[in-house]
Amino acid sequence: MSKSSNPFAIVDDAGTSRANKTGSWKTMCPQYVHRMPPCNATCPAGENIQKWLSLAQEGKIRKAWEVMVNDNPFPAVMGRVCYHTCERACNREQFDGAVHINLIERSIGDIALESEWKFETPKEHSGKKILIVGAGPSGLSAAYFLRKFGHEVTIYESQIKSGGMMRYGVPRYRLSRAVLDAEIRRIIETGVKLVCNKRVTHLKNEIDNFDAVYIATGAFMAAKTDIEVKGNSCTVIDAVDLFKKLENGMDMPNLGKHVLVYGGGNTAIDAARTALRLGAESVKIVYRRTINNMPAHKEEIQDALKEGVEILCLSCIGMIDGNNVLVNKMDYDEENDILSVSGEKDIIQADSVIFAIGQSIDEGILDGIDGIAVSEKGVIEIDKNMMTGAKGIFAGGDVVPCKRTVTHAIGHGKKAAKCIDAYLNGVEITQNVKPEVANFKKLNTAYYKKVARAEIQKNQALSFSESDISLTERELIGEAERCFSCGNCFHCDNCYGLCPDGAIHKAEDGTLEIDLEYCKGCGICASECPCGAIKMTS
Amino acid sequence: MSNSTIGSRLSKKKNSVQSHYDRPNTLSSGHRACQGCGEALAARCAIDAAYHATKGNIAIVNATGCLEVFSCVFPENAWNVPWMHSLFGNAPAVATGMAAAMRAQGKNVRIIAQGGDGGTTDIGMGTLSGMFERNDDVLYICYDNQAYMNTGVQRSSATPILARTATTLPNAVYAGNEVGTGKNVPEIAIAHRIPYVATASIANIKDLEEKVAKAINIRGAKYVHIHVPCPLGWGYPTSETIKVARAAVECGMFPLFEAEHGKVVGSTPIENVKPVEEYLRLQRRFAHLFSKNANPQAVEELQKIASANIEKYKLSGGIANV
Repeated sequence: MSKSSNPFAIVDDAGTSRANKTGSWKTMCPQYVHRMPPCNATCPAGENIQKWLSLAQEGKIRKAWEVMVNDNPFPAVMGRVCYHTCERACNREQFDGAVHINLIERSIGDIALESEWKFETPKEHSGKKILIVGAGPSGLSAAYFLRKFGHEVTIYESQIKSGGMMRYGVPRYRLSRAVLDAEIRRIIETGVKLVCNKRVTHLKNEIDNFDAVYIATGAFMAAKTDIEVKGNSCTVIDAVDLFKKLENGMDMPNLGKHVLVYGGGNTAIDAARTALRLGAESVKIVYRRTINNMPAHKEEIQDALKEGVEILCLSCIGMIDGNNVLVNKMDYDEENDILSVSGEKDIIQADSVIFAIGQSIDEGILDGIDGIAVSEKGVIEIDKNMMTGAKGIFAGGDVVPCKRTVTHAIGHGKKAAKCIDAYLNGVEITQNVKPEVANFKKLNTAYYKKVARAEIQKNQALSFSESDISLTERELIGEAERCFSCGNCFHCDNCYGLCPDGAIHKAEDGTLEIDLEYCKGCGICASECPCGAIKMTS
Repeated sequence: MSNSTIGSRLSKKKNSVQSHYDRPNTLSSGHRACQGCGEALAARCAIDAAYHATKGNIAIVNATGCLEVFSCVFPENAWNVPWMHSLFGNAPAVATGMAAAMRAQGKNVRIIAQGGDGGTTDIGMGTLSGMFERNDDVLYICYDNQAYMNTGVQRSSATPILARTATTLPNAVYAGNEVGTGKNVPEIAIAHRIPYVATASIANIKDLEEKVAKAINIRGAKYVHIHVPCPLGWGYPTSETIKVARAAVECGMFPLFEAEHGKVVGSTPIENVKPVEEYLRLQRRFAHLFSKNANPQAVEELQKIASANIEKYKLSGGIANV
């Protein structure tokens, strides 16, 4: 009998069942976890995409930008040129179309530029000096992070302007130079010493003045071919040289009315679209394999086709004889990746041929330095800490084995900076154990409503002005709201609201806590968590 | 955000009572319901919503059943509101008396009577019908888990046809609960032309809360019928209670609607109607319908009921994937 002095007929006090600790019933135990969102897992620059999308959802654009630039100092550039592996991995792709992460990044990057948000300049100085060779995405990214760590950074750049492949490899219609210049300036303003038009021919002569060196010279040399060229009525030029001349405002070669581009990568596509903008009447891409085998990104290929570029597949240029270009038709065994000449030939009239068949690195810089190895594929070999065989000399970006995209280069810059910092401080870098990826099966999509994906608005006119248009702040918040928040609690309160035992407590600030004294271990919280942020463990 | 979660950090306005950090928790922890009990969840949600809508001015009469047994085991009591238990069949009559007492005393305390499907559709049917017919100022909530669960899963008049219970074991003659039996109490309530009748599901807590909150402040007799899956009696893993409830709604087996004064006035449309088989396959009580020698006609009988619901309550334009 209850000991209280209750009125007549009142037997039990309110809520006395709490004396019964039902937590002892459970065999499985729920636990809040952070799983790796698939977007973050695939980002070559290691961005915490889901985190900044979450801040953008709340309208905290400045905070979102700060999280972004914690991993990548080039959001506006990356939002334009990144090939967004994140979007292909996005779980929403299996639901109603991936979140347009790239477009959101671009739009937030633009807001930051318009608002003139700056990076903080380092308050402490380590007194260590670092030389970076090459002011491309990798070198500038490394410079940004090394400045954050308080080191003194000098960059030597061989070209007239900084930016590397962002300037000399990405055409203006994809990346406005105003945006590029502004994002580079923001890095330089943190106190980076940038010297342009200074080619380092012998690194050996420079290294004594620095505590560490980062080689980020990229792959600027056009690959050689042995295609025979007769006469000089047809202009033959490498895509790299064409872009360089265009950017530096030097004498442009006359491409004429009919242009052939040889190659199947993104550079070939960029060259073809550039030729159209330079006034060519017809532009044909000649590629050895089929259109599905082209290394260029599908969206780029589609954009080029829309603009009127033709793609001649299963074709190899045999010889350039005046304005007659001999094209050998190929047979391709896709299963075994074997190419063979079919015997069929074709002659195509062309005023110019642009080669875009790959680039290689300039090894000359390494002369006289012991220990640096160059692999068979013609790139510098590095260890897991991005250091070459020579102590204190690091390398990253296109000069080392990698996928050769701006995003990979920026990621390399960040990693190299961390490795250089650890090296200078004499400590080992500890690798964080990555949590398991929150794949689609871990989600409960019953709670998400279908919302159409924001599409890129395009300028229709064929020009060197940017073809894509950023989202407004309101639009980008709307698109960010589509994020599933895979693997990380977004405070939907399902676990709290659906626990039959009231065994989850919510604090005033929204913090959730599982009360194991009463949790019976039914697992409803885990199976009704939309984003897979609760795990049942035994 | 347009997501249908319990709460949201982005839009505080439309969040459910269950998402409030200071929700009433009228049914407190430590009750002895089984793991994953749909009824315990529904009871807390419904009574919290009524508490919220009346600023705590409620009193409850409970019929005998799972809910009464697991929430009030002497000398412990899980309720944080005035609550009493009398008998299996008389909760509506006791509630009628309480409502009259409150009126006589001039107190604005809203009276709720509640019970399981056994106490409602079988044993308490007479007193419930009387309460409806007199239009007494009581909200009756039925938590329908479709059998007598705490006594060992015996059939009730709310058990769906073809379901296996301890008293409707599938055999050579019958594939579970006999086709053609059963009682639709929401329809019986509508036939009494009482001010408000609604159905609700724990798969849609916001909808459930809205209906209870609306009902509790209406004068006269109100009836809310809530579908509450039972892991033990229906045979599914304890973690799937909401999943099963959602499947019942999405196939049309449990239609969500409201009726006022004898007329259906609204229903919750199903975005993507699923075949009834998806719902049945989640539960062992229907497993015999999918065994090797099963008569395919059996599933068809259940599909007919779901399809009829969809048509009657205008839940969708058509059935996908059937």
